[in-house]
Amino acid sequence: MKDRKPLYLMTPALAWLTAFMVIPCLLILALAFFRRGLYGGIEYTFTLENLALVFDPLYAGIFLKSAAIAGLSALIAVIIGYAAAFAIAAAPSRRQPILLFFAVLPFWSNYLVRTYAWIVLLNREGLITGLARWLGYDAEMPRLLYTEGAVVVGLVYNYLPFVILACYAPLSRLNPEIAEASRDLGASSWTTFRRVVLPMTVPGIATGFVFVFVLSIGNFVTPALLGGGQFQMIGNLIYAQFLTANDWPFGAALSMVLIAIMMGLLTLQTFATERASGAKREES
Amino acid sequence: MKRKILATSALSAVAVFGMSGALLAGDLVVSNWDGYMAPDAIEAFSAETGNGAELVLHGTNEEIMGKLIASKGKGYDVVFVSSPFAEVLHNLGLAETLDHAKLPNLANLYPEAGELAHDPGNMFSVPYAWGTTGLCYRSDALAEAPGSWMDLLSPAEDVSGKTTMLATDRWLLGAGFLAKGYSVNETDPDKVAEVRDLLIDAKHTLLAYDDTTFYAKLVSGEAELVQAWDGWCNYGIAENSDIKYVIPEEGSDLWVDTMVILKNSENKDAAYDFVNFILDAKNHGWAAENILYKVPNKPAMESLSEDFLASYPNMAISPEELITYEQLRDVGEAQRLYARTVSEIKAAP
Repeated sequence: MKDRKPLYLMTPALAWLTAFMVIPCLLILALAFFRRGLYGGIEYTFTLENLALVFDPLYAGIFLKSAAIAGLSALIAVIIGYAAAFAIAAAPSRRQPILLFFAVLPFWSNYLVRTYAWIVLLNREGLITGLARWLGYDAEMPRLLYTEGAVVVGLVYNYLPFVILACYAPLSRLNPEIAEASRDLGASSWTTFRRVVLPMTVPGIATGFVFVFVLSIGNFVTPALLGGGQFQMIGNLIYAQFLTANDWPFGAALSMVLIAIMMGLLTLQTFATERASGAKREES
Repeated sequence: MKRKILATSALSAVAVFGMSGALLAGDLVVSNWDGYMAPDAIEAFSAETGNGAELVLHGTNEEIMGKLIASKGKGYDVVFVSSPFAEVLHNLGLAETLDHAKLPNLANLYPEAGELAHDPGNMFSVPYAWGTTGLCYRSDALAEAPGSWMDLLSPAEDVSGKTTMLATDRWLLGAGFLAKGYSVNETDPDKVAEVRDLLIDAKHTLLAYDDTTFYAKLVSGEAELVQAWDGWCNYGIAENSDIKYVIPEEGSDLWVDTMVILKNSENKDAAYDFVNFILDAKNHGWAAENILYKVPNKPAMESLSEDFLASYPNMAISPEELITYEQLRDVGEAQRLYARTVSEIKAAP
């Protein structure tokens, strides 16, 4: 990287991000240190009350609950997504683009439409119940929609393509000769996968996991629609502060903590990726 | 009360940060919920009065309030907001004190429309639509017609899991306040805590909290008994005549959506003309016929056909009855307690 000239090409992107992302975010975050006015405006007196309130057991509990749902969604998405990416990477190379195309196809439709589709499938009078009845299942069906499970299903479904893409990248770059060498040296395919392939694709897994986790923990649409509003996640709480409670300072404080968690995770993930690729470079 | 689906609100959240009163002076600017007046109302107003006018939309009360507070009411001439928010605009000094001489069509309103607790005498707000919040249900599915808020909060076994409640703080708590016989504006922490516990128990029997699709859930049969605004229950009734509406014996709140002229309006004469135009029986009646909301306009309501009233019985709730119910009022600081309480209910296992 001796030639630094192309850096100026980043100016438009940086300017855009600074003007429309960094500055507005900082403005919102600054609100966290002021008081809420009686009618929802802002009183410009400094306070740490809002930040302290985030750690109140009620709100801290909502944070933990959101993290648990996001973590579970990310875990399931990684298991399914990694398997799919593995299968795609193993397919003949001319078919791979087509398979990848199908994997990201859902992204072509609107997030809300995709979420409503799950309502159509899962509701008490929905397609799944109808199918079960048609197949002769007469007993009362367990409730599928408006449960924590439905929220997890919705999050996994919506973010799965990210994981497939994130895992596909390292899997497709993997030199097949390395796996062959492992097998030649007497390792079973399972051992080869576990000790050779898996460690070399950890960066993809970490990226996929963190993506799903970060997108899920702040999500408010899926818990509202598929959870029937009965599972408040941190995104819903922030939404309520800005749009119904009119308590912008507290909403800003919640956002600040959420952003800190997200940035921490993204930093960890970058760190993990760097370390893994650093290790690879040393090997070669 | 008019509310849009979540997606619109989410977009409007972005809009709140994006702009605050960026519109320039010139044409009359009216802010209303999408679809809350005739699609050609603005055009018809311009044709009739020669005033240029522009309609902007808000998804929620909170959204337009955010803009108005940020811009001190500049950039808007007439806004449609629910009565507690009209009250806030008045308290903030943003609402115009109305000169009734410029609103001759006020004579069309029922006398009760001038006796509303939030603004007796229509000093700063003109009611546009009003109604109640009660129980909307499938008469063909329930063994017995519901008559009490407790039928919703502690449902019979065969209805359990087939009920929904409104998700918005004020109405969710309102159901509990009414069931306990308290004011819908109760702010005593002990009583609020009592209602919280009642609503947490009720949550275990609930299908979902739902502000936007509860009537569709009744139509599909997913739900059989829901907390609903009367106008919205009518949307269910329109699709299935077995759907019925009842005001529980403990009563209802009286919700009122209003028109407010902004004090900082630079087109005040046109703003008065616009409000007066809407109060014309034909224009005001559009909302009753098309949105199935009651309007406080006597000739407009009297022009509704017998068939229409037979199809939608709650359209015939009289102004004398409506005025007996308590309005949701601005509760100031207690809104924070309400928000926390609703978080506690929704976070409860």
